[in-house]
Parts: sequence; structure tokens; C-alpha cells
Amino acid sequence: MLAYLFKRLLEIIPTLFGITLISFFIIHLAPGKPTDIFTELNPKITPEARERLEKLYHLDKPVIVQYGLWLKKIARFDFGESFSSDHRPVIEKIWDSRKPLIERRLFVTFMINLLSMVVILLVALPLGIFSATHQNSLWDKIATTTVFIGFAMPTFWLALLLMILFGVELHWLPISQLKSMGYASLPFWGKVWDLTKHLLLPIFVSAFTGLAADSRFMRSSMLEVVRQDFVTVARAKGLPERLVIYRHAFRNALLPIITLAGLSVGGLVGGSVIFENIFGIPGMGQLFYMSVMTRDYPTVMGILTIGAFLTLFGNLLADLGYMFADPRIRAK
Amino acid sequence: MKKAFSLFALFVLVVFVPGCKGRNEAVGQEPLTKISGPPAYGDALIDGSIGEPTILIPMLSGDAASQDVAGLIFNGLVKYDTDLSIIGDLAESWDVSKDGLVITFHLKKGVRWTDGVEFTADDVMFGFETIINKKTPTAYNEDFLQVKQAEVLDKYTFRVTYGKPFAPALASWGNLVVLPKHLLEGKDLTKSEFGRDPIGMGPYKLTNWVPGQELILDSNHDYFEGRPYIDRFVYRVIPDRATMFLELQTGGVDMMDLTPIQYTKQTESAYFRNNFQKFRYPQFVYTYMGFNLKHPFFKDRRVRQAIAYAIDKSEIIDVVLFGLGSPATGPYVPDTWPYNPNVKKYPYNPEKARQLLKEAGWKDTDGDGILDKDGRPFRFTILTNMGNTLRMNTATIIQWKLARIGIKVDIKVLEWSTFVNEFIDKRRFEAVILGWQISPDPDQFDIWDSKKTKEKEFNFVSYSNPEVDALLEKGRRTYNIEERKKAYFRIQEILAEDLPYIFLYVPDATPIVHARFKGIKPSPIGITYNLPKWYVPKQLQRHHLEP
Repeated sequence: MLAYLFKRLLEIIPTLFGITLISFFIIHLAPGKPTDIFTELNPKITPEARERLEKLYHLDKPVIVQYGLWLKKIARFDFGESFSSDHRPVIEKIWDSRKPLIERRLFVTFMINLLSMVVILLVALPLGIFSATHQNSLWDKIATTTVFIGFAMPTFWLALLLMILFGVELHWLPISQLKSMGYASLPFWGKVWDLTKHLLLPIFVSAFTGLAADSRFMRSSMLEVVRQDFVTVARAKGLPERLVIYRHAFRNALLPIITLAGLSVGGLVGGSVIFENIFGIPGMGQLFYMSVMTRDYPTVMGILTIGAFLTLFGNLLADLGYMFADPRIRAK
Repeated sequence: MKKAFSLFALFVLVVFVPGCKGRNEAVGQEPLTKISGPPAYGDALIDGSIGEPTILIPMLSGDAASQDVAGLIFNGLVKYDTDLSIIGDLAESWDVSKDGLVITFHLKKGVRWTDGVEFTADDVMFGFETIINKKTPTAYNEDFLQVKQAEVLDKYTFRVTYGKPFAPALASWGNLVVLPKHLLEGKDLTKSEFGRDPIGMGPYKLTNWVPGQELILDSNHDYFEGRPYIDRFVYRVIPDRATMFLELQTGGVDMMDLTPIQYTKQTESAYFRNNFQKFRYPQFVYTYMGFNLKHPFFKDRRVRQAIAYAIDKSEIIDVVLFGLGSPATGPYVPDTWPYNPNVKKYPYNPEKARQLLKEAGWKDTDGDGILDKDGRPFRFTILTNMGNTLRMNTATIIQWKLARIGIKVDIKVLEWSTFVNEFIDKRRFEAVILGWQISPDPDQFDIWDSKKTKEKEFNFVSYSNPEVDALLEKGRRTYNIEERKKAYFRIQEILAEDLPYIFLYVPDATPIVHARFKGIKPSPIGITYNLPKWYVPKQLQRHHLEP
């Protein structure tokens, strides 16, 4: 078991290296340079000024040399400094340890994604099981239609409609961002309430539009399991249906869900650009989008590397989850 | 189960429907726009922005958001007045020597940085030394490299000497070069915290910066032009315009820039008329169609003029900008001092266009509807950049109009960096649709001078006219505004005759501000120039801040 874990951990290293190599070259292959943003249509900025800036950023060197310089830093867990005009360390942009937790981008995105993942699992699993046990009933059809409507609906459109209803018409919920104007002066529970109000819409939208995958997976895997012999046996020996489903069938049906959850661990830190822009949430998606548009290579690479690492880590977790859920794998 | 559902539906009806009065509540009360009162201190102004500032040091920032906010924190030695003439800011006055080589600034006395230390000529010197330092990653040092010598004569006198008289230089002594020496001396500007936690001497000072969300600025009670009326300025970052527009209606934003649709359609209700004030003035940019003057088609001036006659500028403005813009006749903003209204104009006249083309030898000999000359059909490609729908729509309208006089146009839309690096810089284009920012100083040497045609330089259409070269030189070498005006008026006349570009339109800026803010005086340079003088009458104040 430990040997297996060790082997898996070692495998991560070359994979990670490969990921950085490919993403570094792809982002550098995109036309344009970080200095383009300065030079866009402003006659005050001369070609000499531009050349000087490029030298400052080492952009005059060949890509392979730039990759080497970057890799040398990464080996020391130094993500370097951003190319945008603030020149802050990349890590500070992602995780500014001097700011309160709620003002750190990585935390914001992680919190929202985790909450919506929890909501999705809490709703999708029972819904999937329900659909499976009531296969082809009216309620199954309603549930299926609902999750597919959510899946098909454009996030930004649903978000705007809900903002108009709850924000502009009813004045129940704030429209965007995470905090109200007077947040700093609120008592602790006031802060919690303020945050909750701001998070309701984003989490509802992301959960509603993300229900389909998990609930459909749960339904089909459940359908497969309830047809197997051991379920028939359980029923034959007279167990109540509730126990048959939740104790015996459910555990076996969980395996594909674990894979799915493992894969989404990486996604937990990569925010959705459209979603974060609509709600004005200062998360990783926004940062990544802005960095790509300004060709801020160190920031882009920093985010990609962290994302890649977490995805690999998520896969590892999924494997461990299998072992926990399935004795057959443990035996091997 | 079914019963439960209908009960739920009933619940929704009962709770939601009566609640749907929402934003119409204010109807029936006296419109906010009509209520006035004496100036009073207090309240907060929330400005919505789609971009977040990166760094609040003017010489290092490249984006509009940074400059907006830094402009409230730092003042310069001089600034533009509403008619674009230059007036003193931190400088009480200045003298220019007879030969135009030496400028002596006399600074205001008793101005303090917000940490209490007095502002002196040493701070200007420090800023100047920083901007010309090779290690400073600034893109704006060109004007300062022209300075031969800078010296501090005493605490309140600063003198610069130029190698040649250089008129645009005066305006460069704005807020780019004023930095507090006592805080920054001996420090690496890019590594210091100053850019995110600056100390200035402007009307507002930064109190808190929440990344990705907002910057909170509080008024500087010690401001040398008097304490600003509005106590707090919040710069809220909302990347999506639709969301920002909803925030405007719920009071989450007091001021924002409207899109043409929002300006002409969505803000025309009674609710908006009573609670908001809209403004409209030309932006300092213009859109043009530029020709590659080395291309055989466009070498002939008559062809360029014919194309100008075949394009209806007002139609483009109506369709593309919903009427929110004005036709451009030259590279300056209408109603500013360098702008010459009396240049040759090209009213829409397809007949005249056809005739001019005929004179230039273009006829449809093979009857396919496309003009040709020496066996070559008149067919060319307009390039423009991706992401700018206005330009793409403009290109489409021009394509349609030119088809009517027998010119076949293809449109190619390219990603910005590719467009500039591969096509503009390498001169691989026939015609382009692009825009220029118009700097408030009328010097446009880099765009029109015949020597500025090397790769990466800005005269990429290869325009060359010795008279324009001489006038450009003359305009930048004198400080006398009347003489400069003469030179730039003549340049506009020549450009209108030569047509290296067809100047298409100057779009309008269309900001909206909540009606409780009074004292806003629109001008050619916008509305925010007198922000410290805006106020909210006591009875209309919305936000009450704890002292």
C-alpha cells in the first residue's frame, strides 16, 4: 500500500515537468508580448522605450533560455514577479498572506467552488438515487428535465435574470461582489450574514448549472448496480428496500462519483472566467484571464503550475478514495 | 406531492408579486435632479470600473484604471484647463526663457504630502531623476530625455534646460514626475510597497485596496485647494458591464460609463431621468481608415478622395455608434484649440467619386461591375483588429458603400498582436481601420513626419509631405499658442486635401452619475476634472461615514 503510494507520488514529478514544458511553450507561441499593452495606440510611447522594457523582462532572449530561467526559479518554489506594471510576486497575487483570508484570490475561488461542490453532491446524489429507484416515473422525468435545463442554460444569462429579480426588483440580495460597503464595521455574525447573502446567488447558479453530470452519473451507475445479483440476494433475504439501496447498492454505485470528484479537485482552484466576471468575484479565473490577455507569463505559468499540481493531487486522492470504497482494489 | 407543489406555487405568488414594486418606489416624489441645496461635506461616490488599477505610481502605470485613481492621489506641476490650455497645479507660475530653452517653475508654498511633510522642489527633482533612470520600467520617459539639465534653485524653484525648444515638454510636467523623496530615496521603486500604498498630496488618499473588488479613498482635509466635499471615493471593480448597470439601479454604483445602447435606449425611462444625470462629450480618440500610400492603388490622391466621397460618415456614426459621436475631419477633437473646423470636407457624393476615379483611369471595361485599370480590378482588403465590434461594423459599411461605386473590398479581422507585429510593422496591408488616442498636446510629429516610417514607428502609411514636416517642426519648437495654432490649422488643411487617412469619427464618452451629486460642470476634457468640487446637499446624502 505504502509502496503504491510512493510510486504514484514519484510519477507526479515527470508529469508535472511535462505539463510546465507544454504550457510554457504554448503561451509563448501566442503572438504578442507583455509590452504590447503599453504600446497600444499611444504615440507617446516610442520604439526605444519598448525595446528597453523588453530587455528588462528578458523577452529579447530565446524562449528556451526564458524557460530555463523560469524553471530554475520554480525549483525553489519561486514563481517570480508579475510582468504587469505592479511587479508584485506572483504568489502574492494568488495568496496575499497580509490580507484577511477573504481577500485572497485562491481562497475565494476555493471557497466558492467547494461550497458549490458540496451543494451539488448533496442534491445530485439523492436526486440520482431517486431517479434510479423511480426509473421512468413522472418524477424521474421532471428531475431529468430540470438538471438538463440547468446544464443547457448559459450561466451568464441565468445569473443576470436572478440578479434582476432578487437584486433590482425585490431588493433581497446584493448583485455582485462578496462584501457590502460597510463590511469592515460589522460584528462577526453580521459579516457572516453579509457574506452569505452575497454568496447565495453565485453558489446557486454554479450548483444548478452543474447538477447534471453528478446526478446523471449517480442514476446510471445506480441502475446498473440494482440489477446485480447481490442486490437480488439482499432483497430475497427480506431486507427493507431502504437498507438494500443505501447500504448495499449505494456504496457500489459510488465508484464513478469518486472518479468525478477526484477530477474536480483541480477545478476547485481554477475559477470560471465568465462566472467570476458576471458576479464581480475577485477569484483565480479573473486573474488568469487578465494575465493571459496582457501576456503576463509568470502569473499565467504560476496559476497553471499550481492547477496542474492540484489536479494530479486530486487524481491521487481519487485513487485513495477507491481503495477506501472498494475492498477489491485494496486486496490487489 | 402534487398538492405540495401547488401550495409552493401559491406561496411564490403571495410573497413575490406584491414585492415587485422595486425601483419604481421613487416615482411620485420630487425628481432628485430638481432638488438642490448648498454645498455640504459628506457622503461617498462609488465609481464603477471594468478594470482594476495595477499600480498607483503614474510613471509606471500603463492602464486607464491606474491613471484614473492615481490622478486623485497625485497632482502635477501643471495641468490642462478645460479648454486644453496649460495652467499651474503645484506650480504657482513658470517662466520660459526668450529662446524657449529654459523653463523655471515657481512652486506653491505650504503644500504637504498626506504624511505631513512639506512638498518641495527636491521632490520634483527626485521624480525626474527616477523617470530618466534606465532601471525604471516606464514607457513615458521620452519627453524627459530631452532635458539637458535640471536643477533645484531653492526649496520652491525648479529649473529645466532643454537642448532645443520643445513645446510638448511643458505638459509633461504633470503628475508623472512628482514623488515623495523622503519616503522613496534609495529604494527600488518597483520593489517597494509604495505603488499599492501610495502617499500623495492630491484631493484623496488611499485608505484600503481590496484586490479585485474596490479601492477606497478618503478625502484629504489638508488638500491645498481646499477639502473636497465628498468624503469618500470608492473605485469598484465590476468586470461585466451588464452587472454594473444593475448595480447602478440598486445604488451599488453611482457613476459609470454607459454603452451606446444603455445610453440611447435603456436609460430613457422616467426612473432614470429623475434619478440620474447623463453626460456626453467627445472622447480623445478617433477612428480612421488609413491607406498604404506605397500601394499602386492609393498613390493617386484622386483615388483617396473618391473613396472619401463614397463613404457617408454620418451613416456610420448613426449605425455603429447609435449617433453618439461626431464626424472626424482631422486628427484633433472638435472644440479644442488645435481643432480647425474649416478644412475640406467630403460630403457623401457617389457621382463625384465615380468621376474622380474615371479621371484617375479607373473604368469598368469588362462589365463585371468592378472598376479596372490596366487589366487589374480595383479590389483591396481592409484589415482591422479583433475584439473591436465598432471597427468591424465600420468596415462592413464601407465595404457596402464602396461596392456601389465599383470597388470590391474584402475584410480581414486579426488578433491585435498579430495585426501589429505581422501586418502593420511589416507594411503588409492595403488599408486598415484603426484608432488613435489624441494626446491633449497637439504635437503629432511621430504620426505624420516623413522620417518616422521605420519598422515599429507610427507613420506606417508612409505619408510624406515636406510642408507638413516643416509645420510639425515649427509647432513643437514654440511655446506661443497662437503660432502653434497657425501651424496645426494648416496641417489639418493639408491632411484634409492629401487624405493619407480618411478620418471617420470621434466617439462620445457617455458617463452617467447619480442625481444627488451636484456641481458637475461638463467640459471638453470630461466631467471628473473638478471632482473635489462635487457635493451632495445635506438632505440627499446617502452614506454616512463614521469619523
